[in-house]
Amino acid sequence: MRTILQGSLLPPPPIKLSHSSLLFSPSHSHYSNLKFTTKSSPSPPTITMASIKVHGVPMSTATMRVLAALYEKDLDFELIPVDMRAGAHKQEPFVSLNPFGQIPALQDGDLTLFESRAITEYIADEYSEKGEKLMCPGCNKVKAITKVWLNVEGQQFDPIASKIAFERIFKGMFGMTTDPAAVQELEGKLVRVLDIYEARLSKSEFLACDCFTLADLHHLPVIHYLMGTDSKTLFESRPKVAEWVKKITARPAWAKVVDLQKQ
Amino acid sequence: MAGIKVHGVPISTTTMRVLATLYEKGLDFELVPVDMKGGAHKQEPLISLNPFGQIPALLDGDLTLFESRAITEYIAEEYSDKGEKLLCQGCKKLKAITKVWLQVEGQQFDPIASKLAYERVFKGMLGMTTDPAAAEELEAKLVKVLDIYEARLSKSPFLAGDCFTLADLHHLPIIYYLMGTESKKLFESRPKVSEWIKKITARPAWVKVLNLQKK
Repeated sequence: MRTILQGSLLPPPPIKLSHSSLLFSPSHSHYSNLKFTTKSSPSPPTITMASIKVHGVPMSTATMRVLAALYEKDLDFELIPVDMRAGAHKQEPFVSLNPFGQIPALQDGDLTLFESRAITEYIADEYSEKGEKLMCPGCNKVKAITKVWLNVEGQQFDPIASKIAFERIFKGMFGMTTDPAAVQELEGKLVRVLDIYEARLSKSEFLACDCFTLADLHHLPVIHYLMGTDSKTLFESRPKVAEWVKKITARPAWAKVVDLQKQ
Repeated sequence: MAGIKVHGVPISTTTMRVLATLYEKGLDFELVPVDMKGGAHKQEPLISLNPFGQIPALLDGDLTLFESRAITEYIAEEYSDKGEKLLCQGCKKLKAITKVWLQVEGQQFDPIASKLAYERVFKGMLGMTTDPAAAEELEAKLVKVLDIYEARLSKSPFLAGDCFTLADLHHLPIIYYLMGTESKKLFESRPKVSEWIKKITARPAWVKVLNLQKK
């Protein structure tokens, strides 16, 4: 629903998030069970401007995945912060949006969605004529290859990589310490996946085809975090993977997502 | 000779997911067995079909696919006019909700349930023993997911809505195995979940998949 003020559409107010209300929460199961009992900070005023609302926080990998897709498509949206520290994601009204109690949730008119990869696919389909194409052009057979690599990200890459990000980054945010043995074991698994990526990217400019698709985009948040840690060597030591990481992280839409974290 | 070839084995949950879809669609196909014991899935020629060294892989003409959930979606779309509809008909909203529950199976249900099936069923096949503490921990996580399913299925007969879709189908192989173990009580104690399982496991296409195991 658009609210028209003084006869013109105003851009949504900038989302101001104070440090204390920022809490990363990946879809990672034991991470999202962590709760904090500090007093929740007041939520910023929201004016309903855009028909698309995203409930999440800019530091969350799953939220970032959705924001990236929205920016690629150049769509207006409102980011509604969720007070993770106060456990808002595990309570009403949020659990009515996502019964699994995880961010993000997206509302578009009367449609409510959760699971970041369902949301991005919906955005790519529903707004296929807007902004960047996020699917390989062509028939079902070409589309099918994109589905393969979408599943590779969700089933082969993310289960390992998001655990590494948890160990190296998010545990620290919660006052826990990295388990080096766990990291080593996980990295041992990730390199096997990255070797396959190296071979794939020697044959194709992006994972699914010669254009950037959701299959590439879905990797951005976790890769972004890992490239800020010692694990970056795994990516940097593989020339095609390194080139691909540079390309996808240089996209203007991605830069906007990262900028949101700085506000 | 069938145009569609599936490289896999009938007891593999991921292969079963693909076979169920092919049977739902009434499509001809050839199941090309893979010698798992001999490690064939980790070597050529199979590794050229799936670099991750896992079954199944599917060939349709000159198209090669892997990842069972990519394969089933391809089949449902490419052959949308054949056999059973496996995606809700109608507006984009319904399509989007199907995508949500497809992800729920792949991201919330399967990571837990497949580990539980491994503990209770597949370890035994490999001469290993179930770790009861691990099974218990996995079951504690699974019940939280099943409680959400119970609430969902109180509002609609199938996960995505009023029709059977891939979002339901993708659950069949793991649920089938767990229903043959003491973990079945988690499903049986939830009336809507239980009713849903009875419905989806009674489908003729699923029965055909199980029959393949008996050969």
